[in-house]
Amino acid sequence: MRCKKMVDVGRRQFLRGSAFAAAGVAATTVTGTQASATPAPAQIDYPSTKLGNVADLAVNEPVDIEYPDADSPGVLIKLGQQVEGGVGPDGDIVAFSTLCPHKGYFMSYNADDRTLNCPGHFSRFDVEAGGQQVWGHATQNLPQFTLRVDEKGDIYAEGCSDLIFGRMSNTL
Amino acid sequence: MAYKRQIDRLPIPPKDAKVHNVTCHYCIVGCGYKAYTWPRNKQGTLKDNAFGVDLSEQQPAEGTWVAPSMYNIVKQNGEDVHLVVVPDKDCVVNSGLGSIRGARMAENRPSDVTGTQQQRLADPMVWRNGVWQPTSWDDALDLVARVTARVVTEGSEDDLVVSMFDHGGSAGGYENTWGTGKLYFQSMKVKNARIHNRPGYNSEVHSSRDMGVGELNYSYSDYEVTDTIFVVGANPLETQTNLFLNHMVPGMRNGAKFIMVDPRRTVTVNAAEEVAGKDNVLHLAINEGTDMVLFNALLTYIVDKGWHDKDFIEASTYRDGEAVPLDEAHPAGLGSLEYALESCRTSVEEAAEICGVPAEDIVKAAEWIAKPKDDGSRRKCVTAYEKGIIWGNDNYRTIGALVNVALATGNIGREGGGCCRLGGHQEGYYRPSDAHVGRPCEYVDQLLINGGGKVYHVWACDHYKTTLNAAQFKRAINRRSQMVKEAMDAAAGGTREQLVDAIVAAVNAGGLFIVNADIIHSQIGQAAHVILPACEANEMNLTSMNGERRLRLSERYMDPYGQSKPDCLIAAGIAQNMERVLREMGHDAYADQFKGYDWETEEDAFMDGYHQGNPEVTYDRLRAMGNNGVQEPVVGFDNGKLVGTPRLYADGKFDRHGREDKKALFCASKWRGWQAPGKAREKATHRFWVNNVRANIFWQNQFLDQENEFIQDRFPYPFIEMNPEDMAELGISKGDLVEITNENGATQGMAYPTETMKRNQVAMVFGSPAGSQGNIVNPGVNELVLPDYKHTWGNIRKLSDATPRAKGVTFKSKEYRA
Ligand code: SF4
Ligand code: FES
Repeated sequence: MRCKKMVDVGRRQFLRGSAFAAAGVAATTVTGTQASATPAPAQIDYPSTKLGNVADLAVNEPVDIEYPDADSPGVLIKLGQQVEGGVGPDGDIVAFSTLCPHKGYFMSYNADDRTLNCPGHFSRFDVEAGGQQVWGHATQNLPQFTLRVDEKGDIYAEGCSDLIFGRMSNTL
Repeated sequence: MAYKRQIDRLPIPPKDAKVHNVTCHYCIVGCGYKAYTWPRNKQGTLKDNAFGVDLSEQQPAEGTWVAPSMYNIVKQNGEDVHLVVVPDKDCVVNSGLGSIRGARMAENRPSDVTGTQQQRLADPMVWRNGVWQPTSWDDALDLVARVTARVVTEGSEDDLVVSMFDHGGSAGGYENTWGTGKLYFQSMKVKNARIHNRPGYNSEVHSSRDMGVGELNYSYSDYEVTDTIFVVGANPLETQTNLFLNHMVPGMRNGAKFIMVDPRRTVTVNAAEEVAGKDNVLHLAINEGTDMVLFNALLTYIVDKGWHDKDFIEASTYRDGEAVPLDEAHPAGLGSLEYALESCRTSVEEAAEICGVPAEDIVKAAEWIAKPKDDGSRRKCVTAYEKGIIWGNDNYRTIGALVNVALATGNIGREGGGCCRLGGHQEGYYRPSDAHVGRPCEYVDQLLINGGGKVYHVWACDHYKTTLNAAQFKRAINRRSQMVKEAMDAAAGGTREQLVDAIVAAVNAGGLFIVNADIIHSQIGQAAHVILPACEANEMNLTSMNGERRLRLSERYMDPYGQSKPDCLIAAGIAQNMERVLREMGHDAYADQFKGYDWETEEDAFMDGYHQGNPEVTYDRLRAMGNNGVQEPVVGFDNGKLVGTPRLYADGKFDRHGREDKKALFCASKWRGWQAPGKAREKATHRFWVNNVRANIFWQNQFLDQENEFIQDRFPYPFIEMNPEDMAELGISKGDLVEITNENGATQGMAYPTETMKRNQVAMVFGSPAGSQGNIVNPGVNELVLPDYKHTWGNIRKLSDATPRAKGVTFKSKEYRA
């Protein structure tokens, strides 16, 4: 997990804008979404991206992820008790964007009370309550990634509940 | 369940989208926004768009982004158009920051397409056949004028009671305060008037003004260059959000220390500690209502140490003993520093005892405010205060005691100084003289409760949610309104004359005929007989000034909803109908008083009012000044630009009291314990102090937010922050519905466990539609009819287990913890 001291580092990296792309994870190829002869479908198609396996997750130890592409950091957490939107055998695995939907600062996870906290302007979100903003400036709750677990225990992200900061479309 | 918007993309504004200047119409800070509108069938592209940004790339922190709350489809000149309203990076007020209130302006517009704010009033309505029937303006205003004209000519203008906003921003602004002010204070001389948030027509800061100090005297930039930020009874991170984030935070980053006086630990204190470090933040968590004693001790200590600004005091303050004696209109005498100290001298030890904070913390505060630096130079200090003392114990003397400290340290009129209220709404007051109202003014709520008044005009105020002694107020108004409703029902099918006769007979028998101009059908509006639909900022052009007196024109970008109109034009309509009806009645001379309202637009009202007093200022010139506007007073027009005033009293001359000598006065703020009647007894006989607080998520009484799912999902009921041990003792779990009761009434809310709440104190959010805190506030006011909303005590019991909605809510600490 990103430790608390990493908050500022993460923020600087994100301000540079290219840190995640530079990580070299295979990103969905960016192709323009220009109007074409074929009519565009009514909603966007999300990639199905493997985030990990149920067996590899320990309770309250968040794992950094990137979804729907390498420029969109997020977090995958096993909470140890069933929660809203939770998947897996215990219904306790959730994933969220870690870009604050106020002004896009990169947030850190507080394992003590299981919140994501924003160093930008002090907003915080409850990962045990569907990403509800506990207090803050954002005008939406935290984008939560839709998860699916297959029979092997592999966890896939396949959608997102809200618009991710810094994009007009969740898939670029 | 956390509310999910299920939106994963938004339309892109094209390069040729229309761009409009917008000043956020919610809080006093007045952040700049840009509104983009464009035709429904057009859109920009990722590379070619109104923002000039490559939107195919992830934008960095603080980069361009349109949150779904910043988007809507609205009517513009009768066409459906896309609307995007985003914070303006180039506005010096907010530098591109939005807040949880302002960044939802777009989604809080009425839209028949997206279904937002369908609670907005579209038509005038008249109580007819047992319901409110939509009707035309002519029909509604004719009835208003006929009843009002009959009552004021058969009795007097004292039989007309008026509640009207005095602020800027939405529902207020220079256009609308002028329209209503001209009607009631020029065409008529209505004395029984009250303001939206207090039960009389008075200033909230009389003492500051009587001392010569207008309450908005600084520039927000003063926070960035000061040595100490001294905040009293305010919670700026929540209620003046971008003032805190964009000006106080940079001040702290530049080395300023931060003092907060508030019985409750708020998110503001926590954030200040994050920014400045705990060593540079001093939270004086005093006993409720004891602020004055603290200020008196600070003044005494500073003067005894010789840290006061002797040159400033000599040059700019009154030096000759008593200048204004204590009398009916002045709850404290005013005069020289020495004169004031005779009655307010207080030792640090006495203050520590009464305020319940350590003596060394009071000394530390005095040092941070006034102790000269090691090189002998003076410290700069900005003082800011708000409802904690404005709605607090002994308003006049307490605010006077605080202004004393700022004056004694020479911190008014200088860079890095200022002594200001932080404010709620923006300001936008331009009205004819209110001198006829008198001082003290009438306590209008009591007048109405006691059967006074016959016709009641209510402008954009919902006292049912926000006034003190609300339970009794509502019972009285409902009963008196019902008498008129029954009379109107009985006259169904008759002529207009018969209807007016029936109404007049009912009000003569103790009823009350209520006319309500508002944007929604409010709670007090349920008691109204005629309802007049008003529009909001940006459905009209509107001028206001913010907390540093920054005047802007917030431009119209959409049509008023339905038949709704700007308040100034509604007031003009009433005036025109009054003139016509009075003439018919044969009162020609009186009818003539209602001439002069031939306004077609809000700009006409602006030119008739504000422009007359400020001839340099026009819409065109303000438009050219954009979102940075100009700081009032405007002193000229030069090189195509309006010239303003960054800071008041820079010349050391104080004039708010109107004294020819232009000397500031000190306030003899002698402590007298609980000032308002009934407070001491209530405290002695109830367990919990019920602090009346605000939250960043709600704008005022939630009049729009009550129909906003994102907001209601977070707090479906008004929160009551409570110490977990108190909760356990009373068998209350998180989210349970609880009732607070005392002799004044009862109210209810949702228990929110809060570790930092002191035992036997709770903090309840103000003005909620689902639980009015005002129900339990006693009628006690000060000599000038300023209410003490902040001091209420009650007992608490559980009403019900958490409902399914409350169960879905997070109850974690609101404090940021990395
Ligand atoms: S801080 Fe105040 S003015 Fe600024 S966006 Fe928020 S509500 Fe509007
Ligand atoms: S960016 Fe997160 S609170 Fe502002």
